[in-house]
Amino acid sequence: MQQIVNGISLGSIYALIALGYTMVYGIIKLINFAHGDIYMIGAYIGYAAITFAHLGFFPAMVISMIACGLLGVITEKVAYKPLRNASRIAVLITAIGVSLLMEYVMMFFVSPDVRSYPAVLNNKVFHIGNVIVNTQQIYIIVTAIVLMVVLQFIVHKTKVGKAMRAVSIDKDAAELMGIKVDQTISYTFAIGSAMAGAAGVLVGLYYNSIDPLMGIMPGLKAFVAAVFGGIGIIPGAMLGGLSIGVIETMVSGYGSSLFKDAVVFAILILILILKPAGILGKNTREKV
Amino acid sequence: MLEIKDLNVHYGVIHALKNISLTVNDGEIVTLIGANGAGKTTTLRTISGLKKITSGEIILDGKQIGLLSAPQRVSLGLSQVPEGRRIFPEMSVLENLEMGAFLRKDKDEIRKDMQSVYERFPILGDRKKQLAGTLSGGEQQMLAMGRALMSRPKILLLDEPSMGLAPLLVREIFEIIKDINKSGTTVLLVEQNASMALSIAHRGYVIETGSIVLTGSGEELMKSNEVQKAYLGGE
Ligand SMILES: Nc1ncnc2c1ncn2[C@@H]1O[C@H](COP(=O)(O)OP(=O)(O)OP(=O)(O)O)[C@@H](O)[C@H]1O
Ligand SMILES: [Mg+2]
Repeated sequence: MQQIVNGISLGSIYALIALGYTMVYGIIKLINFAHGDIYMIGAYIGYAAITFAHLGFFPAMVISMIACGLLGVITEKVAYKPLRNASRIAVLITAIGVSLLMEYVMMFFVSPDVRSYPAVLNNKVFHIGNVIVNTQQIYIIVTAIVLMVVLQFIVHKTKVGKAMRAVSIDKDAAELMGIKVDQTISYTFAIGSAMAGAAGVLVGLYYNSIDPLMGIMPGLKAFVAAVFGGIGIIPGAMLGGLSIGVIETMVSGYGSSLFKDAVVFAILILILILKPAGILGKNTREKV
Repeated sequence: MLEIKDLNVHYGVIHALKNISLTVNDGEIVTLIGANGAGKTTTLRTISGLKKITSGEIILDGKQIGLLSAPQRVSLGLSQVPEGRRIFPEMSVLENLEMGAFLRKDKDEIRKDMQSVYERFPILGDRKKQLAGTLSGGEQQMLAMGRALMSRPKILLLDEPSMGLAPLLVREIFEIIKDINKSGTTVLLVEQNASMALSIAHRGYVIETGSIVLTGSGEELMKSNEVQKAYLGGE
Protein backbone atom coordinates (compact mmCIF):
# COMPACT_ATOMS: atom_id res chain seq x y z
CA MET A 1 0.00 0.00 0.00
CA GLN A 2 2.72 2.43 1.00
CA GLN A 3 4.55 1.71 -2.25
CA ILE A 4 1.39 2.39 -4.23
CA VAL A 5 1.01 5.84 -2.69
CA ASN A 6 4.66 6.60 -3.41
CA GLY A 7 4.25 5.13 -6.88
CA ILE A 8 1.24 7.27 -7.66
CA SER A 9 3.04 10.46 -6.65
CA LEU A 10 6.01 9.61 -8.82
CA GLY A 11 3.71 8.35 -11.56
CA SER A 12 1.72 11.61 -11.56
CA ILE A 13 4.92 13.43 -12.40
CA TYR A 14 5.74 10.99 -15.19
CA ALA A 15 2.20 11.34 -16.46
CA LEU A 16 2.46 15.14 -16.64
CA ILE A 17 5.67 14.88 -18.65
CA ALA A 18 4.31 12.05 -20.79
CA LEU A 19 1.35 14.21 -21.81
CA GLY A 20 3.65 16.64 -23.60
CA TYR A 21 5.38 13.83 -25.46
CA THR A 22 2.14 12.32 -26.53
CA MET A 23 0.42 15.55 -27.57
CA VAL A 24 3.37 16.66 -29.68
CA TYR A 25 3.70 13.21 -31.21
CA GLY A 26 -0.01 13.18 -31.93
CA ILE A 27 0.11 16.41 -33.88
CA ILE A 28 3.43 16.36 -35.74
CA LYS A 29 4.64 12.76 -35.27
CA LEU A 30 7.78 13.95 -33.52
CA ILE A 31 9.35 12.44 -30.42
CA ASN A 32 10.43 15.71 -28.87
CA PHE A 33 13.56 14.64 -27.02
CA ALA A 34 13.99 18.13 -25.65
CA HIS A 35 10.80 17.72 -23.65
CA GLY A 36 12.59 16.33 -20.57
CA ASP A 37 14.83 19.39 -20.61
CA ILE A 38 11.89 21.75 -20.67
CA TYR A 39 10.82 20.00 -17.50
CA MET A 40 14.30 20.59 -16.07
CA ILE A 41 14.13 24.28 -16.98
CA GLY A 42 10.69 24.39 -15.37
CA ALA A 43 12.24 23.15 -12.15
CA TYR A 44 14.85 25.94 -12.28
CA ILE A 45 12.26 28.60 -13.03
CA GLY A 46 10.27 27.43 -10.02
CA TYR A 47 13.47 27.48 -7.98
CA ALA A 48 14.19 31.05 -9.02
CA ALA A 49 10.64 32.17 -8.36
CA ILE A 50 10.69 30.72 -4.86
CA THR A 51 14.24 31.66 -3.89
CA PHE A 52 14.63 35.10 -5.41
CA ALA A 53 11.07 36.35 -5.70
CA HIS A 54 9.95 34.64 -2.48
CA LEU A 55 6.83 33.32 -4.10
CA GLY A 56 4.78 30.45 -2.76
CA PHE A 57 4.30 27.08 -4.36
CA PHE A 58 1.30 27.92 -6.44
CA PRO A 59 2.47 31.19 -8.07
CA ALA A 60 5.89 29.63 -8.67
CA MET A 61 4.28 26.75 -10.50
CA VAL A 62 2.11 29.03 -12.60
CA ILE A 63 5.13 31.14 -13.58
CA SER A 64 7.06 28.02 -14.48
CA MET A 65 4.15 26.75 -16.59
CA ILE A 66 3.87 30.02 -18.50
CA ALA A 67 7.62 30.26 -19.08
CA CYS A 68 7.88 26.65 -20.20
CA GLY A 69 4.87 27.07 -22.45
CA LEU A 70 6.61 30.00 -24.15
CA LEU A 71 9.87 28.08 -24.35
CA GLY A 72 8.06 25.17 -25.98
CA VAL A 73 6.50 27.45 -28.58
CA ILE A 74 9.83 29.12 -29.35
CA THR A 75 11.59 25.75 -29.65
CA GLU A 76 9.00 24.58 -32.14
CA LYS A 77 9.15 27.78 -34.20
CA VAL A 78 12.93 27.92 -34.31
CA ALA A 79 13.95 24.27 -34.48
CA TYR A 80 11.08 22.15 -35.77
CA LYS A 81 8.90 24.32 -37.98
CA PRO A 82 11.58 24.87 -40.64
CA LEU A 83 11.77 21.07 -40.89
CA ARG A 84 8.04 20.51 -41.34
CA ASN A 85 8.62 18.72 -44.65
CA ALA A 86 11.97 17.14 -43.83
CA SER A 87 12.47 13.45 -43.13
CA ARG A 88 11.54 12.22 -39.69
CA ILE A 89 15.09 11.20 -38.88
CA ALA A 90 16.30 14.75 -39.56
CA VAL A 91 13.74 16.15 -37.14
CA LEU A 92 14.58 13.53 -34.54
CA ILE A 93 18.27 14.38 -34.69
CA THR A 94 17.38 18.05 -34.36
CA ALA A 95 15.33 17.23 -31.27
CA ILE A 96 18.32 15.48 -29.69
CA GLY A 97 20.45 18.51 -30.58
CA VAL A 98 17.95 20.86 -28.96
CA SER A 99 17.97 18.67 -25.87
CA LEU A 100 21.77 18.81 -25.54
CA LEU A 101 21.73 22.53 -26.20
CA MET A 102 19.28 23.16 -23.39
CA GLU A 103 21.26 20.99 -20.97
CA TYR A 104 24.59 22.65 -21.62
CA VAL A 105 23.27 26.19 -21.88
CA MET A 106 21.67 25.65 -18.50
CA MET A 107 24.97 24.29 -17.12
CA PHE A 108 26.65 27.43 -18.34
CA PHE A 109 24.18 29.73 -16.63
CA VAL A 110 23.30 27.88 -13.45
CA SER A 111 26.43 25.70 -13.07
CA PRO A 112 26.32 21.92 -13.22
CA ASP A 113 26.04 21.62 -9.44
CA VAL A 114 23.08 20.08 -7.73
CA ARG A 115 20.99 22.66 -5.90
CA SER A 116 18.66 21.96 -3.06
CA TYR A 117 15.13 23.12 -3.62
CA PRO A 118 13.70 25.56 -1.10
CA ALA A 119 10.98 24.05 1.08
CA VAL A 120 7.88 26.10 0.45
CA LEU A 121 5.40 23.60 1.78
CA ASN A 122 5.44 22.97 5.49
CA ASN A 123 5.67 19.28 5.36
CA LYS A 124 3.24 17.40 7.51
CA VAL A 125 2.98 13.65 7.63
CA PHE A 126 -0.37 11.93 7.80
CA HIS A 127 -0.93 8.37 8.90
CA ILE A 128 -3.86 6.69 7.24
CA GLY A 129 -3.95 3.19 8.66
CA ASN A 130 -0.37 2.10 8.27
CA VAL A 131 0.16 4.18 5.15
CA ILE A 132 2.16 7.35 5.41
CA VAL A 133 1.26 10.28 3.16
CA ASN A 134 3.05 13.60 3.31
CA THR A 135 1.97 17.05 2.23
CA GLN A 136 4.19 17.00 -0.85
CA GLN A 137 2.62 13.82 -2.12
CA ILE A 138 -0.84 15.28 -1.65
CA TYR A 139 0.18 18.42 -3.54
CA ILE A 140 1.68 16.38 -6.34
CA ILE A 141 -1.29 14.08 -6.74
CA VAL A 142 -3.91 16.81 -6.44
CA THR A 143 -2.06 19.15 -8.82
CA ALA A 144 -1.60 16.39 -11.36
CA ILE A 145 -5.26 15.40 -11.21
CA VAL A 146 -6.41 19.01 -11.56
CA LEU A 147 -4.10 19.62 -14.51
CA MET A 148 -5.22 16.45 -16.25
CA VAL A 149 -8.87 17.30 -15.78
CA VAL A 150 -8.23 20.78 -17.15
CA LEU A 151 -6.36 19.28 -20.08
CA GLN A 152 -9.18 16.85 -20.87
CA PHE A 153 -11.59 19.76 -20.72
CA ILE A 154 -9.45 21.82 -23.10
CA VAL A 155 -9.02 18.99 -25.57
CA HIS A 156 -12.64 17.90 -25.66
CA LYS A 157 -14.70 21.00 -24.96
CA THR A 158 -12.85 24.04 -26.27
CA LYS A 159 -12.34 25.23 -29.80
CA VAL A 160 -8.56 25.17 -29.48
CA GLY A 161 -8.70 21.61 -28.19
CA LYS A 162 -10.96 20.41 -30.96
CA ALA A 163 -8.69 22.11 -33.49
CA MET A 164 -5.75 20.27 -31.94
CA ARG A 165 -7.53 16.96 -32.37
CA ALA A 166 -8.61 17.79 -35.92
CA VAL A 167 -5.07 18.75 -36.94
CA SER A 168 -3.62 15.60 -35.40
CA ILE A 169 -6.13 13.48 -37.34
CA ASP A 170 -5.87 15.17 -40.74
CA LYS A 171 -3.97 18.40 -41.41
CA ASP A 172 -5.38 19.05 -44.87
CA ALA A 173 -8.95 18.43 -43.80
CA ALA A 174 -8.39 20.69 -40.79
CA GLU A 175 -7.16 23.48 -43.07
CA LEU A 176 -10.26 23.08 -45.20
CA MET A 177 -12.29 23.81 -42.06
CA GLY A 178 -10.41 27.09 -41.67
CA ILE A 179 -8.16 25.83 -38.87
CA LYS A 180 -4.70 27.42 -38.85
CA VAL A 181 -2.38 24.45 -38.60
CA ASP A 182 0.78 26.28 -37.50
CA GLN A 183 -1.03 28.15 -34.79
CA THR A 184 -2.62 24.95 -33.54
CA ILE A 185 0.77 23.23 -33.38
CA SER A 186 2.04 26.17 -31.31
CA TYR A 187 -0.83 25.76 -28.85
CA THR A 188 -0.01 22.08 -28.54
CA PHE A 189 3.61 22.81 -27.71
CA ALA A 190 2.53 25.50 -25.26
CA ILE A 191 0.16 23.25 -23.37
CA GLY A 192 2.43 20.19 -23.39
CA SER A 193 5.44 22.23 -22.23
CA ALA A 194 3.40 23.94 -19.52
CA MET A 195 2.54 20.50 -18.12
CA ALA A 196 6.26 19.69 -18.04
CA GLY A 197 6.93 23.00 -16.28
CA ALA A 198 4.45 22.07 -13.55
CA ALA A 199 6.07 18.63 -13.24
CA GLY A 200 9.48 20.29 -12.85
CA VAL A 201 8.36 22.34 -9.87
CA LEU A 202 6.60 19.37 -8.29
CA VAL A 203 9.63 17.14 -8.62
CA GLY A 204 11.90 19.81 -7.16
CA LEU A 205 9.70 19.91 -4.09
CA TYR A 206 9.52 16.15 -3.87
CA TYR A 207 13.19 15.31 -4.21
CA ASN A 208 14.56 18.62 -2.91
CA SER A 209 17.29 18.68 -5.49
CA ILE A 210 17.67 19.80 -9.09
CA ASP A 211 20.49 19.84 -11.62
CA PRO A 212 20.79 20.55 -15.35
CA LEU A 213 20.77 16.86 -16.30
CA MET A 214 17.78 15.96 -14.16
CA GLY A 215 15.50 15.90 -17.19
CA ILE A 216 17.17 13.00 -18.94
CA MET A 217 16.00 10.04 -16.90
CA PRO A 218 12.44 11.19 -16.11
CA GLY A 219 12.19 12.35 -19.72
CA LEU A 220 13.04 8.87 -20.95
CA LYS A 221 10.72 7.25 -18.45
CA ALA A 222 7.88 9.57 -19.39
CA PHE A 223 8.55 8.66 -22.99
CA VAL A 224 8.27 4.98 -22.02
CA ALA A 225 5.04 5.87 -20.21
CA ALA A 226 3.66 7.55 -23.33
CA VAL A 227 4.53 4.53 -25.46
CA PHE A 228 3.16 2.20 -22.79
CA GLY A 229 -0.24 3.90 -22.85
CA GLY A 230 -0.21 4.36 -26.62
CA ILE A 231 1.68 7.31 -28.02
CA GLY A 232 -0.57 10.06 -29.33
CA ILE A 233 -3.36 9.07 -26.93
CA ILE A 234 -3.84 11.48 -24.03
CA PRO A 235 -5.52 9.12 -21.52
CA GLY A 236 -2.80 6.63 -22.49
CA ALA A 237 -0.11 9.00 -21.22
CA MET A 238 -1.92 9.39 -17.92
CA LEU A 239 -2.35 5.65 -17.50
CA GLY A 240 1.20 4.97 -18.68
CA GLY A 241 2.70 7.54 -16.30
CA LEU A 242 0.91 6.16 -13.27
CA SER A 243 1.73 2.55 -14.23
CA ILE A 244 5.42 3.25 -14.72
CA GLY A 245 5.55 5.17 -11.44
CA VAL A 246 3.90 2.38 -9.48
CA ILE A 247 5.95 -0.36 -11.14
CA GLU A 248 9.16 1.53 -10.47
CA THR A 249 8.46 2.08 -6.78
CA MET A 250 7.26 -1.49 -6.39
CA VAL A 251 10.50 -2.78 -7.87
CA SER A 252 12.66 -0.62 -5.66
CA GLY A 253 10.47 -1.25 -2.61
CA TYR A 254 10.24 -5.00 -2.80
CA GLY A 255 13.14 -5.87 -5.03
CA SER A 256 16.15 -3.70 -5.44
CA SER A 257 16.36 -0.09 -6.47
CA LEU A 258 19.29 -1.10 -8.64
CA PHE A 259 16.86 -2.75 -11.02
CA LYS A 260 14.15 -0.12 -11.18
CA ASP A 261 15.42 1.63 -14.30
CA ALA A 262 16.20 -1.64 -16.01
CA VAL A 263 12.65 -2.82 -15.38
CA VAL A 264 11.17 0.35 -16.87
CA PHE A 265 13.13 -0.09 -20.09
CA ALA A 266 12.39 -3.79 -20.17
CA ILE A 267 8.74 -2.76 -20.18
CA LEU A 268 9.38 -0.52 -23.16
CA ILE A 269 10.90 -3.42 -25.06
CA LEU A 270 8.09 -5.78 -24.07
CA ILE A 271 5.43 -3.29 -25.14
CA LEU A 272 7.13 -2.67 -28.45
CA ILE A 273 7.19 -6.42 -29.08
CA LEU A 274 3.76 -7.38 -27.75
CA LYS A 275 1.58 -4.35 -28.37
CA PRO A 276 3.46 -1.64 -30.25
CA ALA A 277 0.44 0.66 -30.30
CA GLY A 278 0.36 0.68 -26.49
CA ILE A 279 -2.22 -0.42 -23.95
CA LEU A 280 -4.93 1.94 -25.20
CA GLY A 281 -3.78 2.00 -28.81
CA LYS A 282 -5.34 0.40 -31.82
CA ASN A 283 -2.87 -1.87 -33.54
CA THR A 284 -2.10 0.06 -36.67
CA ARG A 285 1.13 -0.50 -38.48
CA GLU A 286 2.73 2.85 -37.83
CA LYS A 287 6.21 2.58 -36.42
CA VAL A 288 7.19 4.65 -33.44
CA MET B 1 -18.24 34.18 -58.79
CA LEU B 2 -15.10 32.04 -59.28
CA GLU B 3 -12.68 32.61 -62.09
CA ILE B 4 -9.47 30.77 -62.84
CA LYS B 5 -7.05 32.18 -65.36
CA ASP B 6 -4.05 30.44 -66.93
CA LEU B 7 -3.37 28.32 -63.91
CA ASN B 8 -0.15 26.30 -63.80
CA VAL B 9 0.68 23.90 -61.02
CA HIS B 10 3.66 21.57 -60.54
CA TYR B 11 4.53 18.63 -58.33
CA GLY B 12 8.31 18.86 -58.52
CA VAL B 13 8.99 18.43 -62.20
CA ILE B 14 5.53 17.08 -62.99
CA HIS B 15 3.48 19.76 -64.73
CA ALA B 16 0.07 18.78 -63.33
CA LEU B 17 -2.06 21.73 -64.53
CA LYS B 18 -1.26 23.47 -67.80
CA ASN B 19 -2.80 26.89 -68.40
CA ILE B 20 -6.17 25.98 -67.01
CA SER B 21 -8.90 28.60 -67.22
CA LEU B 22 -12.44 28.12 -66.05
CA THR B 23 -15.34 30.16 -64.74
CA VAL B 24 -18.16 29.36 -62.37
CA ASN B 25 -20.99 31.89 -62.38
CA ASP B 26 -23.24 32.75 -59.47
CA GLY B 27 -25.87 30.06 -58.89
CA GLU B 28 -24.44 27.54 -61.33
CA ILE B 29 -23.50 23.90 -61.03
CA VAL B 30 -20.35 23.48 -63.08
CA THR B 31 -18.71 20.12 -63.46
CA LEU B 32 -15.12 19.23 -64.23
CA ILE B 33 -14.85 15.74 -65.65
CA GLY B 34 -11.85 13.69 -66.67
CA ALA B 35 -10.09 10.36 -66.34
CA ASN B 36 -7.82 9.17 -63.53
CA GLY B 37 -4.82 11.41 -63.06
CA ALA B 38 -6.16 14.15 -65.33
CA GLY B 39 -5.73 16.82 -62.65
CA LYS B 40 -9.22 17.23 -61.19
CA THR B 41 -8.20 16.89 -57.57
CA THR B 42 -5.19 19.09 -58.13
CA THR B 43 -7.48 21.78 -59.52
CA LEU B 44 -9.72 21.74 -56.45
CA ARG B 45 -6.81 21.59 -54.02
CA THR B 46 -5.27 24.57 -55.75
CA ILE B 47 -8.51 26.54 -55.60
CA SER B 48 -8.81 25.74 -51.88
CA GLY B 49 -5.22 26.72 -51.17
CA LEU B 50 -3.86 23.32 -50.16
CA LYS B 51 -1.59 23.33 -53.20
CA LYS B 52 0.54 26.31 -54.26
CA ILE B 53 0.15 27.80 -57.72
CA THR B 54 3.15 28.15 -60.01
CA SER B 55 1.49 30.89 -62.03
CA GLY B 56 -1.96 32.15 -62.90
CA GLU B 57 -4.85 33.73 -61.08
CA ILE B 58 -7.71 32.57 -58.87
CA ILE B 59 -10.41 35.20 -58.46
CA LEU B 60 -13.33 34.92 -56.07
CA ASP B 61 -15.97 37.65 -56.29
CA GLY B 62 -13.48 39.94 -58.01
CA LYS B 63 -10.81 39.35 -55.39
CA GLN B 64 -7.44 37.71 -56.06
CA ILE B 65 -7.19 34.77 -53.67
CA GLY B 66 -4.37 32.81 -55.32
CA LEU B 67 -1.86 33.66 -52.62
CA LEU B 68 -4.11 33.44 -49.58
CA SER B 69 -3.93 30.60 -47.06
CA ALA B 70 -6.57 27.88 -47.10
CA PRO B 71 -8.26 29.16 -43.91
CA GLN B 72 -8.44 32.69 -45.36
CA ARG B 73 -10.17 31.30 -48.44
CA VAL B 74 -12.68 29.47 -46.25
CA SER B 75 -13.49 32.76 -44.56
CA LEU B 76 -14.18 34.28 -48.00
CA GLY B 77 -16.81 31.66 -48.76
CA LEU B 78 -15.02 28.72 -50.30
CA SER B 79 -15.66 25.24 -48.96
CA GLN B 80 -14.42 21.89 -50.19
CA VAL B 81 -15.63 18.33 -49.77
CA PRO B 82 -12.33 16.58 -50.41
CA GLU B 83 -11.70 13.41 -52.34
CA GLY B 84 -12.20 10.39 -50.10
CA ARG B 85 -14.42 12.49 -47.76
CA ARG B 86 -11.68 13.05 -45.13
CA ILE B 87 -14.05 13.30 -42.18
CA PHE B 88 -12.44 13.17 -38.73
CA PRO B 89 -13.06 9.51 -37.82
CA GLU B 90 -12.13 9.78 -34.13
CA MET B 91 -14.49 12.68 -33.58
CA SER B 92 -18.25 12.48 -33.21
CA VAL B 93 -20.64 13.42 -35.99
CA LEU B 94 -21.57 16.53 -34.04
CA GLU B 95 -17.93 17.54 -33.57
CA ASN B 96 -17.27 17.07 -37.27
CA LEU B 97 -20.08 19.50 -38.02
CA GLU B 98 -18.73 21.93 -35.43
CA MET B 99 -15.36 21.82 -37.19
CA GLY B 100 -17.12 22.86 -40.38
CA ALA B 101 -18.29 26.00 -38.58
CA PHE B 102 -14.84 26.63 -37.10
CA LEU B 103 -14.46 30.21 -38.32
CA ARG B 104 -17.97 31.32 -37.41
CA LYS B 105 -18.88 33.07 -34.18
CA ASP B 106 -22.66 33.37 -34.59
CA LYS B 107 -23.65 30.60 -32.18
CA ASP B 108 -27.41 30.80 -32.76
CA GLU B 109 -27.05 30.75 -36.52
CA ILE B 110 -24.65 27.82 -36.27
CA ARG B 111 -27.26 25.92 -34.30
CA LYS B 112 -29.86 26.71 -36.96
CA ASP B 113 -27.55 25.55 -39.74
CA MET B 114 -26.81 22.38 -37.86
CA GLN B 115 -30.53 21.78 -37.64
CA SER B 116 -30.91 22.23 -41.37
CA VAL B 117 -28.04 19.81 -41.99
CA TYR B 118 -29.93 17.28 -39.87
CA GLU B 119 -33.06 17.97 -41.90
CA ARG B 120 -31.19 17.41 -45.14
CA PHE B 121 -29.42 14.33 -43.78
CA PRO B 122 -31.68 12.83 -41.10
CA ILE B 123 -29.29 9.95 -40.51
CA LEU B 124 -26.68 12.40 -39.20
CA GLY B 125 -29.16 13.67 -36.63
CA ASP B 126 -29.72 10.12 -35.42
CA ARG B 127 -25.99 9.53 -35.15
CA LYS B 128 -24.92 12.83 -33.57
CA LYS B 129 -22.93 11.28 -30.73
CA GLN B 130 -21.48 8.42 -32.74
CA LEU B 131 -17.84 8.48 -33.86
CA ALA B 132 -17.72 9.50 -37.50
CA GLY B 133 -15.39 6.62 -38.36
CA THR B 134 -18.15 4.15 -37.59
CA LEU B 135 -20.50 5.56 -40.25
CA SER B 136 -21.01 3.76 -43.56
CA GLY B 137 -19.43 5.14 -46.73
CA GLY B 138 -22.60 6.89 -47.84
CA GLU B 139 -23.20 8.36 -44.40
CA GLN B 140 -19.62 9.61 -44.33
CA GLN B 141 -20.16 11.32 -47.68
CA MET B 142 -23.25 13.01 -46.25
CA LEU B 143 -21.28 14.06 -43.19
CA ALA B 144 -18.51 15.48 -45.37
CA MET B 145 -21.10 17.48 -47.29
CA GLY B 146 -22.89 18.60 -44.15
CA ARG B 147 -19.59 19.62 -42.62
CA ALA B 148 -18.68 21.67 -45.70
CA LEU B 149 -22.06 23.42 -45.60
CA MET B 150 -21.54 24.44 -41.98
CA SER B 151 -19.21 27.23 -43.08
CA ARG B 152 -22.09 28.76 -45.09
CA PRO B 153 -20.09 28.71 -48.31
CA LYS B 154 -20.87 30.84 -51.33
CA ILE B 155 -19.30 28.14 -53.46
CA LEU B 156 -19.04 24.46 -52.66
CA LEU B 157 -16.29 22.39 -54.28
CA LEU B 158 -17.05 18.67 -54.43
CA ASP B 159 -14.41 16.09 -55.32
CA GLU B 160 -15.94 12.83 -56.58
CA PRO B 161 -18.83 12.59 -54.15
CA SER B 162 -20.02 9.42 -55.92
CA MET B 163 -16.78 7.55 -55.33
CA GLY B 164 -17.31 4.08 -53.91
CA LEU B 165 -21.07 4.41 -53.48
CA ALA B 166 -23.86 2.11 -54.71
CA PRO B 167 -25.81 3.45 -57.72
CA LEU B 168 -28.93 4.17 -55.70
CA LEU B 169 -26.94 6.18 -53.21
CA VAL B 170 -25.14 8.02 -56.01
CA ARG B 171 -28.50 9.16 -57.35
CA GLU B 172 -29.51 10.34 -53.89
CA ILE B 173 -26.27 12.28 -53.43
CA PHE B 174 -26.73 14.00 -56.80
CA GLU B 175 -30.31 14.94 -55.90
CA ILE B 176 -28.96 16.50 -52.73
CA ILE B 177 -26.32 18.44 -54.70
CA LYS B 178 -29.05 19.81 -56.95
CA ASP B 179 -31.03 20.75 -53.90
CA ILE B 180 -28.10 22.49 -52.23
CA ASN B 181 -27.62 24.46 -55.43
CA LYS B 182 -31.32 25.42 -55.57
CA SER B 183 -31.09 26.82 -52.08
CA GLY B 184 -28.48 29.30 -53.33
CA THR B 185 -25.03 27.69 -53.17
CA THR B 186 -22.88 27.71 -56.28
CA VAL B 187 -21.30 24.32 -56.99
CA LEU B 188 -18.12 23.16 -58.70
CA LEU B 189 -18.36 19.40 -59.04
CA VAL B 190 -15.46 17.14 -59.96
CA GLU B 191 -16.48 13.72 -61.21
CA GLN B 192 -15.43 10.60 -63.07
CA ASN B 193 -19.07 9.61 -63.29
CA ALA B 194 -19.55 11.88 -66.32
CA SER B 195 -23.13 11.04 -67.21
CA MET B 196 -24.40 11.69 -63.70
CA ALA B 197 -22.40 14.88 -63.35
CA LEU B 198 -23.46 16.23 -66.75
CA SER B 199 -27.10 15.41 -66.07
CA ILE B 200 -27.27 17.88 -63.16
CA ALA B 201 -24.71 20.45 -64.32
CA HIS B 202 -25.48 23.69 -66.12
CA ARG B 203 -22.06 23.68 -67.73
CA GLY B 204 -19.05 21.46 -67.81
CA TYR B 205 -15.34 21.29 -68.61
CA VAL B 206 -13.39 18.24 -69.73
CA ILE B 207 -9.83 17.95 -68.46
CA GLU B 208 -7.20 15.67 -69.97
CA THR B 209 -3.63 15.34 -68.67
CA GLY B 210 -3.70 18.76 -67.08
CA SER B 211 -5.40 20.74 -69.87
CA ILE B 212 -9.00 21.74 -70.48
CA VAL B 213 -9.90 20.18 -73.84
CA LEU B 214 -13.60 20.84 -74.10
CA THR B 215 -16.30 22.99 -72.57
CA GLY B 216 -20.02 23.53 -73.05
CA SER B 217 -23.41 23.15 -71.46
CA GLY B 218 -24.24 19.89 -69.73
CA GLU B 219 -26.39 18.74 -72.62
CA GLU B 220 -23.85 19.71 -75.29
CA LEU B 221 -21.11 17.81 -73.60
CA MET B 222 -23.36 14.81 -73.03
CA LYS B 223 -24.02 14.67 -76.78
CA SER B 224 -20.50 15.43 -77.94
CA ASN B 225 -18.62 12.62 -79.62
CA GLU B 226 -15.47 13.01 -77.59
CA VAL B 227 -17.27 12.74 -74.28
CA GLN B 228 -19.40 9.87 -75.53
CA LYS B 229 -16.33 7.96 -76.60
CA ALA B 230 -14.04 8.74 -73.71
CA TYR B 231 -16.33 8.76 -70.72
CA LEU B 232 -19.73 7.37 -71.49
CA GLY B 233 -18.75 4.20 -73.33
CA GLY B 234 -20.78 5.25 -76.41
CA GLU B 235 -19.78 5.14 -80.06
N1 LIG C 1 1.28 14.65 -54.23
C1 LIG C 1 1.62 14.43 -55.50
N2 LIG C 1 2.90 14.30 -55.84
C2 LIG C 1 3.27 14.08 -57.13
N3 LIG C 1 2.40 13.98 -58.14
C3 LIG C 1 1.11 14.10 -57.86
C4 LIG C 1 0.63 14.32 -56.52
N4 LIG C 1 -0.71 14.40 -56.55
C5 LIG C 1 -1.05 14.22 -57.84
N5 LIG C 1 0.02 14.05 -58.63
C6 LIG C 1 0.02 13.86 -60.09
O1 LIG C 1 -0.69 14.90 -60.68
C7 LIG C 1 -1.54 14.42 -61.70
C8 LIG C 1 -2.97 14.82 -61.44
O2 LIG C 1 -3.44 14.15 -60.28
P1 LIG C 1 -4.89 14.41 -59.66
O3 LIG C 1 -4.92 13.71 -58.34
O4 LIG C 1 -5.17 15.84 -59.69
O5 LIG C 1 -5.81 13.63 -60.69
P2 LIG C 1 -7.37 13.36 -60.65
O6 LIG C 1 -7.92 13.89 -61.91
O7 LIG C 1 -7.96 13.88 -59.40
O8 LIG C 1 -7.43 11.77 -60.66
P3 LIG C 1 -8.45 10.77 -59.94
O9 LIG C 1 -9.65 10.70 -60.82
O10 LIG C 1 -7.72 9.46 -59.95
O11 LIG C 1 -8.72 11.27 -58.60
C9 LIG C 1 -1.30 12.92 -61.75
O12 LIG C 1 -0.41 12.64 -62.78
C10 LIG C 1 -0.72 12.58 -60.44
O13 LIG C 1 0.14 11.48 -60.53
MG1 LIG D 1 -8.92 12.99 -57.86
